[in-house]
Amino acid sequence: MPSNITLLINGQTFRVEVEQDATLLSVLREQLDLTGSKYGCGEGQCGACTVLIDGKAHRSCVTPVWSVADKSVTTIEGLGRGQHLHPVQQAFLDEDAMQCAYCTSGMIMSAVSLLNNKRNPSDQEILQFMQGNICRCGTYPRIVAAIRKAAAAMPEARP
Amino acid sequence: MTDKPLFPDAIEPERYELSAGPSWLFESDRRSFFKFFGAGLFVICAASKTAALQESGGAARRNSEDSLPKEIDAWLHIGDKGDITVFTGKVEVGQNIRTSLSQGVAEELRVPLDSIRLVMGDTQLVPFDMGTFGSRTTPTMNLQLRRVSAAARDALIAIAARQWNTDRSHLSAADGKILDTGAQRSATYSELVKGQQITQLLPSEDPLIPPAQWSVAGRPAPKVAGRDFVTGAHRYPSDQKLPYMLYGKIVRPPAFDATLLSADTSEAGKLPDVTVVRDGNFLGVAAPSSAIAAKAAAAIHATWKSDPQPSNAQLFEYLKKNQLPASEREGSRFEAGNVNSAFSSTQNRLQSTYNINYIAHAPLEPRAALAQWDGDQLTVWTGTQRPFGVRSELASAFHIPEQKIRVLMPDTGSGYGGKHTGDAALEAARLARAAKRPVKIVWTREEEFTWAYFRPAGVIEITSAADSSGKLTAWEFHNYNSGGAGIRTYYDVPNQLIEFRAVKSPLRQGSYRGLAATANHFAREVHMDEIAHSLKMDPLEFRVLNLKEERLRAVFTEGAKKFGWSAPKPTHHGYGVGGGYEKLGYVATFVQVAAAPDGSIKILRVLTAFDCGAVVNPDGLRNQIIGANIMGLGGALFEAVEFDNGRILNSRFSKYRVPRFRDVPAMDALLLDRKDQPPVGAGEAPIVGLAPAISNAVFDAAGIRLRSLPMAPLLVPQGRQIS
Repeated sequence: MPSNITLLINGQTFRVEVEQDATLLSVLREQLDLTGSKYGCGEGQCGACTVLIDGKAHRSCVTPVWSVADKSVTTIEGLGRGQHLHPVQQAFLDEDAMQCAYCTSGMIMSAVSLLNNKRNPSDQEILQFMQGNICRCGTYPRIVAAIRKAAAAMPEARP
Repeated sequence: MTDKPLFPDAIEPERYELSAGPSWLFESDRRSFFKFFGAGLFVICAASKTAALQESGGAARRNSEDSLPKEIDAWLHIGDKGDITVFTGKVEVGQNIRTSLSQGVAEELRVPLDSIRLVMGDTQLVPFDMGTFGSRTTPTMNLQLRRVSAAARDALIAIAARQWNTDRSHLSAADGKILDTGAQRSATYSELVKGQQITQLLPSEDPLIPPAQWSVAGRPAPKVAGRDFVTGAHRYPSDQKLPYMLYGKIVRPPAFDATLLSADTSEAGKLPDVTVVRDGNFLGVAAPSSAIAAKAAAAIHATWKSDPQPSNAQLFEYLKKNQLPASEREGSRFEAGNVNSAFSSTQNRLQSTYNINYIAHAPLEPRAALAQWDGDQLTVWTGTQRPFGVRSELASAFHIPEQKIRVLMPDTGSGYGGKHTGDAALEAARLARAAKRPVKIVWTREEEFTWAYFRPAGVIEITSAADSSGKLTAWEFHNYNSGGAGIRTYYDVPNQLIEFRAVKSPLRQGSYRGLAATANHFAREVHMDEIAHSLKMDPLEFRVLNLKEERLRAVFTEGAKKFGWSAPKPTHHGYGVGGGYEKLGYVATFVQVAAAPDGSIKILRVLTAFDCGAVVNPDGLRNQIIGANIMGLGGALFEAVEFDNGRILNSRFSKYRVPRFRDVPAMDALLLDRKDQPPVGAGEAPIVGLAPAISNAVFDAAGIRLRSLPMAPLLVPQGRQIS
């Protein structure tokens, strides 16, 4: 049965009617028209749907929407500040770290989560953390370079 | 400048590019439309001089409802607001062709890169195009767009010369303006075309700016509209939306080639706003959300009938035993000299068999389509490499004229040859017709792994002979099912028999990045290594000794230098090389592996030397070369489709392993920028050298000869692993 739920997404409050078993991804994409988070596998294996829940990366395709009712969700659309890109977004642009770019939103959200918790990750830590995100076009080395670059560009204090 | 293929007689539209046929055929409907442009300069590029003459009425015919002449390749419009719009049937699937084509236009038209808008793959607005495959976009469309842009530049100069009543030889184009430096005057393109409607058919042969003088092309350019991709703003096919849109879901049979016997749809039909469609074996639902659609599909109780089908456990025996009868066989055969007499008079005869498994494209964006009917007119947004092909599939499936169908292709979440067909488009359109509302279908990952098509599996048998000096004397090559791409050898062998044998495929198969060229290069280049070792020759020297083609020698020798082929290597490390010629590009890939005492083999680094003529976008090219090699790691090491009795057994990313961050060794690319040669494609060829280079490096390091793709499973029985 559908029920009403209040969601805090990108700093905005939404009241939506959702199916009981709806995933966060389907609500973002279908009801809130936030299509930057992508469907890639539906089993949390590819990372294309990654969003931040209270600042940490989660796969929205396997996150029940009810579980985020009292949490703050950030999607790729809410990452920048107005015209200003987040340093990770800027680094992906600077390194041209994409091909088809379908994985890019999820890559960026995962990288932001990593850097939120660890300002200067080692290459091994980057690889380990990003292992759950698939880029089928094989842009991995550039993505690693972009994350390194963003790490260097990000201020010490959390934004 | 013209492309000079190594095997002019072997250039054929690859059979599997087009072979995966449409999935559905439905009952009929109809309508047609056309669109016009406002004021400005309109330049049309015909495919050839003859076509240009024949179609000189082409522009006028735009006012009719006729289709545009198929001989037209491209057109360009400069609006009176200075907006430059270029139209091409090619599409963007991550190869970043939108960027490199824009560079060609900017170069010839002398405008900034960001002032150009490319309309791609919209069948109502762009010229007919066969599709984006075969690495044909750069050698053909880049050239056409440069020509049409050069013609537009000439036309603007002519307009300015008339307006200023001066000779055009005084005028030049720069930065979106025509300049008359002597008279110190200039006019922007928009000022020149303001209030006019000028149509110009491309003059026969404009001189193009030679690559050595390029200033925009030939330099690194980042992805056009990159910002839209890092902000999530870009709308992929699966992101498309229309008011009152429904979500579609197909009820799939449990096995391939199944017949629908019965379907109890009563429960599903009771759900609010759910439409259920049964049409032959087609069974699907449309609902207000994907969750309800899934619920409705699950509530349908269907029974299906299917026949027993083969399993991948017997795949290679099956392929050998199931050749199509000679009457249906579209095989190809090439012969030179006489291999049999050459084999009978040699001591150094070598025979090996190579097996290639089916693999899946697994584009990260699965197939998706949004379909809308307006009366008898159909509009479909879908991710496809063949928008016109999908239009034609839709026309056949619904028995309506193509003029009533518009297919639009938003830049898509990759294809790799896997999105040639219009499956999702047909399904969405069928549901939309019944529901009388727009319907979107996004395939699940399981559907993508099951109901798309696969890169063909194959068995390749090679018999070869060489004389004691290391010169090849005979080469016999039989390929069962993989396909004919890259099947011919570029090594200099007097006696050859090369044959492709078509097989009744146990799975739906079709195009893939590089297609059979990966299988054929794998077998050929591993075999070359085997011969070299049997002759106790250095594998690289052996190749070069048997190569006449200068550009191919260059990628091997230049790549070897950069890689450090002759430098000493640590104990238990191995070097391997594999390369060749594919889709007009020359490639050599070098690999270093280390074999540890615990049995694990680690790929340490990969270098690919590549020559695709004059480089249009060096940064984009590196991205393609390294990306192709990383994608290639999957097919080389661990990707294989497992199937049994018409079912796919590993239809998820948790069961079908694709390359991830930690699988990637140090990757490098060496670009041999040949400014004296026309630019050719780069999306496919760089993938072909990796698998044989790995296999050969493993042999060098550990003495194990790996003759099947993927290779990792071959090491398991020996207690070894490779990563």
